Amino acid sequence: MNQWKNFSKGLIAENAIFVQVLGMCPTLGTTTSAYNGLGMGLATTFVLVMSNIVVSMVRNYIPDKVRIPSFIVIIASFVTVVELTMQAYLPALFEELGLFIPLIVVNCLVLGRAEAFASKNTIWSSTLDGLGMGLGFTLALFMLGSVREILGSGSWFGLKFIQGDGMLLFVLAPGAFLALAYLIAIMNKFNRKNA
Amino acid sequence: MLSMFLALFLVTLISATILGFVYEFTKDAIAESRAAKQTEALKKVLPPFNNNPVQEMYKKAVDGDTLYFFPARKDSALVGIAVNTFSPKGFSGMIRIMVGFLPDGTIRDVAVLEHKETPGLGEKMVRSKSDWSVQFQGKNPKTFKLAVKKDGGDVDAITASTISSRAFCDALERAYKNLTEGGAK
Repeated sequence: MNQWKNFSKGLIAENAIFVQVLGMCPTLGTTTSAYNGLGMGLATTFVLVMSNIVVSMVRNYIPDKVRIPSFIVIIASFVTVVELTMQAYLPALFEELGLFIPLIVVNCLVLGRAEAFASKNTIWSSTLDGLGMGLGFTLALFMLGSVREILGSGSWFGLKFIQGDGMLLFVLAPGAFLALAYLIAIMNKFNRKNA
Repeated sequence: MLSMFLALFLVTLISATILGFVYEFTKDAIAESRAAKQTEALKKVLPPFNNNPVQEMYKKAVDGDTLYFFPARKDSALVGIAVNTFSPKGFSGMIRIMVGFLPDGTIRDVAVLEHKETPGLGEKMVRSKSDWSVQFQGKNPKTFKLAVKKDGGDVDAITASTISSRAFCDALERAYKNLTEGGAK
């Protein structure tokens, strides 16, 4: 029961984007299409799960004073692994996201979970926490990417369903803020009803 | 105190080792996917050839970067030259384009190699996103002015992406200028 909660809280109740509003840079920057949002979300999820596992593994051996630099080194290593692997085997996705992959290192969400959760909990709980938070993040990025692609380009996953350009504003930076704000507003309404 | 040094040292040591392995492991695949992309672009912009343009490649340093020329021959007769050209004037940085010229200087085709232009706008310079760049096919820069119509040229700019279109023209112009100056064979 408790373990299930470790996983599920990241999906809606403590969703990284809609509730905690963490990691805004990749959120606003990469979500120009559903495919990009999904790719970025999954890459972040991988880093989040792996860094949570490792941080929770070494949590008793790292002195308190050097824990933040140690966590950053661990996270940065996994990000580089993702970057190299993606460049080698998914060059098309890397072309779209390449610029933003190194930014996963400074995503507050990843360090936040390492510091707030993984450094105090068992490996199993931390894995679930990372997975839940990551999937919640992915879900949010995917929704944001979908909204922006549908409104901005008139397509979804690259499939055009209207001719012409759509509302270009949504593909550009201001559209990211607008779309995010409306999604958060809708989520808040939905959450409050449940409470 | 010592344990702090030791812990941090071990963490960085292990990380560096793992990264070294991953780098070695992915190095070939990365180089391969880059080379594949270049070969694909060469095939697209050049007329049919049967030499290896990559082997005959020569470089020219201009404007703070490098142009790469790939001569294509069929049965040792020159049928075209592809130029890997660039423009630093993109809306968000460097653009690299492969452009194929016929021996008389006519543009055969173009292919974007790298860009960071806005999705949905400047991105349309890429063929898979829109047919905008088709207009360059078969044009000779001797008579076809490589500038957007707003600047008195002959190129239809991408709607709402004049800067990206200008950069595209800038890259092609740089390729053409250096190709003809360099004494095209």
